[in-house]
Amino acid sequence: MSAREEILNRLRNTHVAEQQAMPDIAGWFGAHRRSEDVVQRTARLRAALEAVHTEIHDVTHDNWSSVLLQVAIGKGLRHILIGATTPHGEQLQACQTKALQLIPYEQPIDTWQDLLFDGVDASLTLARGAVAETGSLILWPTPSEPRLMSLVPSIHFVLLDADTIHEDFYAAMTAESWSEGMPTNALLICGPSKTADIQQTLAYGAHGPKELVVLIRHADGRQA
Amino acid sequence: MNKVVHLHPMDDFKARSKAVLDNAGQRKNFRGAMDFLQTKRRAQFPDQEELQGLRELGSSIRRYSLAHLPRLLEQLEANLTANGVQVHWAQNGPEANAIALKIAQRVHAKRIIKGKSMVSEEVGFNHFMEAAGIEAFESDMGEYIVQLAGEAPSHIIMPAIHKTKQEIAQLFADEVPGVTYTEDVDALIQIGRRVLRRKFAEADIGLSGVNFMVAETGTLCLVENEGNGRMCTTVPKVHIAITGIEKVVEKLEHVPPLLSLLSRSATGQAVTTYVNMISGPRQPDEKDGPQEVHLILLDNGRTQAYADDELRATLQCIRCGACMNHCPVYARIGGHAYGTTYPGPIGSIISPHMLGLDTTYPLAFASTLCGACSEVCPVKIPITDILVRLRNEAQARPETEEATLRGSGAARTLVASTVWGMWSQVYSKSGLYKLASWFMSRGRALSPSEQGAWTRSRTPLVPAPKRLRDLMKDHKS
Ligand code: SF4
Repeated sequence: MSAREEILNRLRNTHVAEQQAMPDIAGWFGAHRRSEDVVQRTARLRAALEAVHTEIHDVTHDNWSSVLLQVAIGKGLRHILIGATTPHGEQLQACQTKALQLIPYEQPIDTWQDLLFDGVDASLTLARGAVAETGSLILWPTPSEPRLMSLVPSIHFVLLDADTIHEDFYAAMTAESWSEGMPTNALLICGPSKTADIQQTLAYGAHGPKELVVLIRHADGRQA
Repeated sequence: MNKVVHLHPMDDFKARSKAVLDNAGQRKNFRGAMDFLQTKRRAQFPDQEELQGLRELGSSIRRYSLAHLPRLLEQLEANLTANGVQVHWAQNGPEANAIALKIAQRVHAKRIIKGKSMVSEEVGFNHFMEAAGIEAFESDMGEYIVQLAGEAPSHIIMPAIHKTKQEIAQLFADEVPGVTYTEDVDALIQIGRRVLRRKFAEADIGLSGVNFMVAETGTLCLVENEGNGRMCTTVPKVHIAITGIEKVVEKLEHVPPLLSLLSRSATGQAVTTYVNMISGPRQPDEKDGPQEVHLILLDNGRTQAYADDELRATLQCIRCGACMNHCPVYARIGGHAYGTTYPGPIGSIISPHMLGLDTTYPLAFASTLCGACSEVCPVKIPITDILVRLRNEAQARPETEEATLRGSGAARTLVASTVWGMWSQVYSKSGLYKLASWFMSRGRALSPSEQGAWTRSRTPLVPAPKRLRDLMKDHKS
């Protein structure tokens, strides 16, 4: 008999007397949710992210690209990795300055891994949403904005639309029906990478980005 | 560079404990670390009502998942397979290692980069791979430090908790080429980052553990702060995840409550920096990610715990480490004294299934039964009840119905069982009790001054000169 069959048989041969009802997750979150509006959710997200060394800028649809370029140049960055064919990538390219090189992620990583690890200062990706309760950004890497963009460069810029901020993780996954189909990789990101493995002393910039910069894009006419 | 780490046999548990107790520096490290982790956890749960409600929910999710374990494992396997993940089953450590080696040999792997995985420690993965000529390199900062020192982790969440920054500074200066001594923690972490970035880029295989597996979507969830877990599961061409069969839940919606309990209980964070949910290998239109993803599902004694209605609760564990952070015994002797992969209260109740009760039963006795572990456990495992049950199992008469585990009855001795046999006779027959207590009170001068373990640190027990019934008789007359 295969290991699989042996293990499953041992489990199946155990009669579990205790009958368990399906846990009521909706009930729990329903009872513990704060019912906040966009402004309150944004404030909570911001506080949680700032508590873990995240830099935040309020932007609009019109000015986000210039704010980003300004911040990037202020940090002395030479290049930013952007998605190959994304509306925001194209928007950024439209106002490109000489001081900063925009590198589109066009080729499979296998052909340019060393350059990504050693020669790219920063990256920009779009967040799919966020979770106010914990300050987590939701990223679903796509073929045009692959997984390593949010991991390898030392500085990670994230563009987040304020109206995609959910109250909690459960609200996000149910509102977007995640259980009906998950992508290859889904991520929650809260702050730059960190560790406290040396004598409980917190240090940022462990293996992933050393800095996380979030541009919260507010709907036009809305108070930032 | 890698020295082989030997886990010590159980019989020197007491000697190792004593060595730590005699080491004031180590005790200070542990105490400081435990205070730090306890304070951080407490700050995450300001609302007792919310905490208790969430623990109840977490516990019900884990119990529900275990009640349906065989079905959920099959569903998980079917969905992962449909997503392109290859699922393997291993009954024990050697089988798990052999599966990983076969994959490694097929892809001609020379180097494996590892994310944090206690299950890989459980099966002795690094040692096995190195014997087969394949480098297995730890990338979690704590694990990297411990591996560099040729040691084993002393805590399941913070592997290098037993080391001071001075010790780590010296270790880096001695072992990492081109590094001069520095106690600056940021500088030390940047040294680790630099070394390990190259390792990620060069590795042929990334190995990781798993925190939760979701049956309905075929998803592996990994939580971490450092980003090394994401590196291991994204950069190399092959990703192998290894975990115990108990880690599955049915629905994606079961993850948020457990995730909240795990990160708050473990490190006192509302959420970890990264929650990494993997549902398949790189797709044809994707530009990065591993081309192969494998999952090794390990039994290694878990089905023995599963078969028992009381011990099954052991498998509810989400490996947060809170029980050890709050354990007065762990705080004093640290993780290495246990000699097992999983130390602390969870180690004492899970290790007997992995290694046999005969080699691990002293751990069940190394508890004051104060109940701190059961009180903080986010999934409400009745740890102290299980410790008592294991003590009884260790004393059980072998080959009888009362001995249900591998190694049951190992602590049973002729003297002890005779004494307890007599004790139970005396206490269940009133005539015998009267007679025995008369002799005890009158013959108290004959009480031995050496009374085994009792007198090692206490004064000898001497019966009272008068029995209670004598006192009552005096009182009445
Ligand atoms: S037994 Fe409970 S407290 Fe201990 S590690 Fe497991 S889940 Fe955490």
